[in-house]
Formats: sequence, C-alpha cells, structure tokens
Amino acid sequence: MLIKSVASGDCKEFEVTDERAYLNRREIIKKMGFVGVGSLLASSAATAGISDLFSGSTAPAVFQQRALQFGAAKKFSETLTPEVKVTGHNNFYEFGIEKQQPAELSQGFKVDPWQLKISGEVENPLTLGYDDLYSSFPLEERIYRLRCVEAWSMVVPWIGFSLADLVKRARPTSRAKYLAFETLYDPAQMPGQKSRRMGGGIDYPYVEGLRIDEAMNPLALMTVGLYGKTLPPQNGAPIRLVVPWKYGFKSIKSIVGIKFVEKQPATTWNLLASREYGFYANVNPAVDHPRWSQASERRITTGGIFTQNRIPTLPFNGYGDQVGDLYAGMNLKKYY
Amino acid sequence: MAINIAKQWLPRIKVLVHLAALYPLINLYYAAIQDQLGGDPVEAVIHFTGIGALNLLVIGLLLTPVAQRFQMGFLIQFRRMIGLYAFVYALCHMLNFLFFEVQLNLQLFVDEVFERPYITVGMTAFLLLIALAATSTKKLRQKMKDRWQTLHNFIYVIVLLVVIHFYWSVKSDIVEPLTYVTLFFILMAFRHKKLRRWADKLLSRL
Repeated sequence: MLIKSVASGDCKEFEVTDERAYLNRREIIKKMGFVGVGSLLASSAATAGISDLFSGSTAPAVFQQRALQFGAAKKFSETLTPEVKVTGHNNFYEFGIEKQQPAELSQGFKVDPWQLKISGEVENPLTLGYDDLYSSFPLEERIYRLRCVEAWSMVVPWIGFSLADLVKRARPTSRAKYLAFETLYDPAQMPGQKSRRMGGGIDYPYVEGLRIDEAMNPLALMTVGLYGKTLPPQNGAPIRLVVPWKYGFKSIKSIVGIKFVEKQPATTWNLLASREYGFYANVNPAVDHPRWSQASERRITTGGIFTQNRIPTLPFNGYGDQVGDLYAGMNLKKYY
Repeated sequence: MAINIAKQWLPRIKVLVHLAALYPLINLYYAAIQDQLGGDPVEAVIHFTGIGALNLLVIGLLLTPVAQRFQMGFLIQFRRMIGLYAFVYALCHMLNFLFFEVQLNLQLFVDEVFERPYITVGMTAFLLLIALAATSTKKLRQKMKDRWQTLHNFIYVIVLLVVIHFYWSVKSDIVEPLTYVTLFFILMAFRHKKLRRWADKLLSRL
C-alpha cells in the first residue's frame, strides 16, 4: 500500500514541470542561441529532424522509476526542493561535471541486475541483489536537508533503510573500525569514467568512508528512492548513502561495495585535494572551505533567480542534537 | 592582400555586433527569471556572464593580430566596442554575485572579495577594466595622450588575471580553464616583439 503524506509546503502534482519538458530544457536554451558555438556544433539537434525519419528514433528514453512502498515521513517545517530540481541538478561526475549532465547522460543506466557486496571484517558477509535492496529491510521516508560543499542546499524526501540495520546484519568483528564504500566502476556506462575531461580528473571508482559509530547513527540512510519512487540514475540508483550532517560528497552514489576495515579508508575528494576536503566533512559554518565561505548557503527551491534564498548554515547541518556526541572532544577545525 | 569592406557596411556590421552581444544576455535573464535555467539559476547566470566576459576579452585581443596578418584594418574599429561589451558582461558577472549569490549581504561580499584569493584576483581585474571602460571615449583618449596607451596596455594584465580567476575557481575540472590559459599564451605570442621591448626597457632601468 502506498501511503503518501502531503506536507503543507509540498508541491502539488500540477505544479511540477512535465518531466519531458524539463529534460528538453537544454535543447530549448540551445535553440534560443544561449550556449557557445562549441556545444552547438557538438549537438546533434541540427540534424535530428532528417535522421529521425530514417532511424525511427524519438526523444531519448527516460529511465523508468517504480513507485515504492514505505512508511511516510512526519511533517517537515522547511519547504521541499521540487522533484525536478532534485533530479536535474546533480554532482555525479561519473556522468559529467556539469550539473545538468547526469540527468542527460544517465538515462540508459542499467540498475538490474545489481550486486551490493558487504565484506571485510564481518562475521556475516552478504551480497544484496537488486530485489534485495527493496525487500531486505522495511523502507521508510526521511526528509533531510542536503548541504553541498559548494554552499547550496536542498530538502529532499528520501526513502531507504537505516545503515545501522545493515551493519547489524553483517555482524562486524572487533577489528571493524571503519566502513569503506565504493561506487560502481563501469566506463562503458559512465562517460565520466571513460574520459578524464568528462569526469573532472577524478580517479575512479569513487570511494567514501565512515567511522563505524557514524555508520551506526540512526540518521545514516541507505537510500533507494526519493519522492515516492525508486532513485533515478542521476541521484545514485539503485542504492546510495545519505549522511545528512555531512557535505553531500560523503553521500556516495550507486554503491557496489561496503567493506568493513580497521584503518581509515581513502576517500575520493580527500585524495584529490586534502587541504580542501577532509575525511569527516561534517557541515560546519565555522570552518570555511579554503576558497569560499561555509557560513551560509543558498537553498534551492522553486522559482527563478529572484526567489533563491541565502540562509545561515547550521553546525552538523542542523542535526547536532543527534550526531554531536560522535565528535565530543574532537578538534573539528583539524578534523574537517 | 588587403581585405577591405565598403564604408557603408561598417554601421550595419556594428548593429550586428550589438545584437550578437546583447541577445544572449537578454535571453539569459529572461530564462533565469522564468526558472528555465536548470536546478540552480544563480550558478547558471554567474557562469554564463563570466565565460561571456572572458570570451569577449579573447575576441578583443584577437582583432589586432588578425587585422595585421590579413590586412583587415577595419577590424580595429571594433576593438572598443568588444572591449566595452566585455566590461558589460563582467559587470553583470559581478552584480550576479552581489545580488543573487550573496544577496546584498555587503559584509559577506567584502569578506569574500578579500578572503578568497580567486575572487580578489577577479575583482582586481574588474577594477582595472572599469578604468579602461571609463577612459574609452575619444575625448579622454586625446586628453590623456601617451598615458592612455600605457593605461590600456593593462588589458593584457586583466586577461591574465581573469584566466587565473577562472582556473582557481573550479573544483577539479581544469580542462576548460587550461584551454583559456593556452589561448592567452597564443594571444601573447602574437605580441612577442612588443612584450620583448617592454621587458628590455624594464631591465635596462634596473
């Protein structure tokens, strides 16, 4: 049974831009003469009309999301970011470095079959197949703030299960101090992994990590859906992590492996620029990124440039009550 | 072989240049207000006007070498116009940051300009560009005599600063900024004699 609760701040169905119209917006902008000559030349739009007559192809297929069954979230006081923005403004360099590229370039991504392997220092190593992702644990909706390290933020209704439940099922040994996460490596499907230019010079696969007590915190969510449906590829289908008190890059997408380890694992952005991105990456308005302030953020909501609000950033993204104890006595300026 | 165009065509080409420079800007803000610029219209307008300004600066620096190489003297008459449009785009870029990114929080604006080296560099380039735009009239040019050329030679410094500003601002995707670094060196290579002369003069003073 699909239980849907509608918060007062939620968008009504009719307010949502038609998905195809949204996915076509770059074409619309191109036709208006917006982008540079380079991308116009690269675009096949100019020749699409004639070749389509022969190939019979139409607009690129949109990834099919399924409705999920889940326990609905309680009301949330802050306005949700509209679904089209949650699914159209993504940092997922595996599908290109520009914010709209993941939505454009990931629609053919194959999520079934899928294997999520839990291994390492555990008594019960296990592998979850595609169907297991949705059936192994009861799914619940959680509305979380998402704060990107680039100083923009969203409010997203995720659906998933507690990472803690998964950890308990794996039964970690006493040597398990950290969890090391890994994203799928498949350059045939992920253009950013195939080309350094497309992928922003990152060494793939993308890897992330948590301390085991962080992973056991009830807020850490293994996420399989958003806005009532399974995740679209640009948001990390079929399964991703969401750790709402940390900057968005910690919430690794399209996970194929979780390994329990004794030593602090390497993490992708830390490897790339350790002075700018730490292992902990807790949202902290008191510790600036070396190149920009983290004291405030722009909340992405509906509307054009005049309706984007800058709001103060909260310590631990507003989840200090639930996670502050994890870092008691730690110098957060040093362990950023 | 010189390539010349009939005099009566010049004003018409100028109208086309005006349209080509203004049309994308009008479209940009229309789409931004209508929420048709993707997930984050603020980031979109900042990037578009920034890259636009840099593109216009590069075009402006291309005019002289192209005019010399192909003896297309009339191109020189477009330098001021292109330069002023580079200034307009840079102004929009800065105002986008002020109005839509920091949202008129002047304290934050000042802090960011002084604390973030890449913004400091960008703002320095912008201030220099203001000086060039403000002295771009014929009257002032005649009044300032030699000093005018000295001041306007700063355009090379400005483009260098803008290229650094761009390179410094990105997270990890350095291919596009590096393309502009390369372009800058090509544009400077066209002027190697002039640069050599300045270098010699500078060294002889030491």
